[in-house]
Amino acid sequence: MIRWSQVAVNGALAVLAGAALFPLLWMVSVSLMPANAALHLPPPLLPERVTLEHYRTLFTQLELARYLGNSTLLAGAVTVLSLVFNTLAGYAFAKLRFAGREPLFRGLLAAMAIPGQVAMLPLFLLLKQLGLINGYGGVIVPGMVGIFGIFLVRQYALSIPDSLLEAARIDGAGELRIFGSLVLPLLSPILVTLAIFTFLGAWSDFMWPLIVLADSDRHTLPVALANLLGEHALDTELMMAGSVLTLLPVLVLFLALQRYYVEGLVLGSVKE
Amino acid sequence: MRLGQPGLWFIAPALLLLTVFFLLPVTAALLLSFTDFDIYALGDPSTLRWIGLDNYRRLLADSQFWTALANTCYFVLVGGPLSVAASLAAALLVNHRLARWRGLFRSALFVPVVTTLVAVAVVWRYLYHPRFGVFNHMLALAGIGPVDWLGDPRWAMPSIILMAVWKNFGFNMIVFVAGLQAVPRRLYEAAAIDGAGARRQFLHVTLPALAPTFVFVTVITMIGHFQLFAEPYVMTQGGPANSTLSLGLLMFREGFRWWNVGYASAIAFVLFALIAAASWLQLRLRQP
Repeated sequence: MIRWSQVAVNGALAVLAGAALFPLLWMVSVSLMPANAALHLPPPLLPERVTLEHYRTLFTQLELARYLGNSTLLAGAVTVLSLVFNTLAGYAFAKLRFAGREPLFRGLLAAMAIPGQVAMLPLFLLLKQLGLINGYGGVIVPGMVGIFGIFLVRQYALSIPDSLLEAARIDGAGELRIFGSLVLPLLSPILVTLAIFTFLGAWSDFMWPLIVLADSDRHTLPVALANLLGEHALDTELMMAGSVLTLLPVLVLFLALQRYYVEGLVLGSVKE
Repeated sequence: MRLGQPGLWFIAPALLLLTVFFLLPVTAALLLSFTDFDIYALGDPSTLRWIGLDNYRRLLADSQFWTALANTCYFVLVGGPLSVAASLAAALLVNHRLARWRGLFRSALFVPVVTTLVAVAVVWRYLYHPRFGVFNHMLALAGIGPVDWLGDPRWAMPSIILMAVWKNFGFNMIVFVAGLQAVPRRLYEAAAIDGAGARRQFLHVTLPALAPTFVFVTVITMIGHFQLFAEPYVMTQGGPANSTLSLGLLMFREGFRWWNVGYASAIAFVLFALIAAASWLQLRLRQP
């Protein structure tokens, strides 16, 4: 009996994992096939002949390197800047006393339920006034802070013992110094988590870069890929190669640092 | 730095940014929805007029709006529960005492979450290919005729839901696993001593203990599902016959394609009101 249920549980898991990974593995396989080789019955699982021609086309004719650079630059800038502002605020909400702290924090939590799409039209008009539309700033500036990030850092910072901070204050250290030399090292695990979260989110973001970056020179990978799909929908293998290149950086990042990512997800979901 | 309240200086930059680039725009969206802001006002703001509830009246008479509303609700009410159910099932399996290679399975199931939607949409469009796609190939092996997944108005939304479930279930799975691991072991031991079998332990120990996680997961999932945009934008452009037109896509078209900013703001606000009402309802229902 026990053996059978063990087979059933692990078999079901294997099927699920297969379903989760199949589209991605197949994408890699098709991206290595010669043009039009994928459109056959039955659908071929592996390339009969491996070719890198689509990757070559993407880099030489379709300026993929530029989009890769744009995506890296934007996601990197958003990650670094938002990490600074979110960490300062998250720590303060957890450990520093100031007037209105609790109501402000509750207000932020409630604001987390406001869909980002509601803000987009006025935000566009505002950024247009500031001359940030159609430039990298239009994506970076609104991404410089995030309520979820503040919340995540606060949850983690709550565990820092007050006695430690008090001792530093008695020694005459200023708040900024305490933050820099005492708090930041203690927060480093959650900062790694938040950095991965933010980078992955910014990398995959589609709607806002689509709206703000009109000039194709500034497009991010997802926006460029969506445009490419409009022009090259029939070049299946080429599109797959573009998808592989879009996914590769984030998948590598996730697999290398997944321990932090999953832990952060659990922390972020813990109820107050 | 010792002067005043240092905490205020720590939160000031974040709060300022949030106010200027999020809270202010949200408020402005409500105000804009009472104006006739259009492409002319974009060039010359003096043409802007206050028109009260006219945009909302126009919405009520706009059949596209009702279609988008119905489609969005379809995605939320069918896709949301399916996604949560898949997450819970996966979490129970991964967390099962007989499961082996847990870390490996957990990672594999989580991978779709970190992928970029536009990129996986490219693959899924191909899986759904009416002639050469894998889904129709499997149907053919089972002796069933082909389905035009993305080209048939009846099947387009289910196809998008299936892809969304595949992409998102891993996220909630991890949250559920965390919830499952927080259930004290002694509860199971006590239930076992009282003679409860696996099924009754699940019904009377696991499910009640998961209730708070469940509320969190359903609310988060619902808020995300209401904002359906990229999937139909990339997969179907809202078609066929508007069968995958969502409120987010309609707002995008009206606002950023035709520059009917006032009208699009009204759509955005309806979306906001829907999400607020649905979140409130869920929190109320679960906390008697």
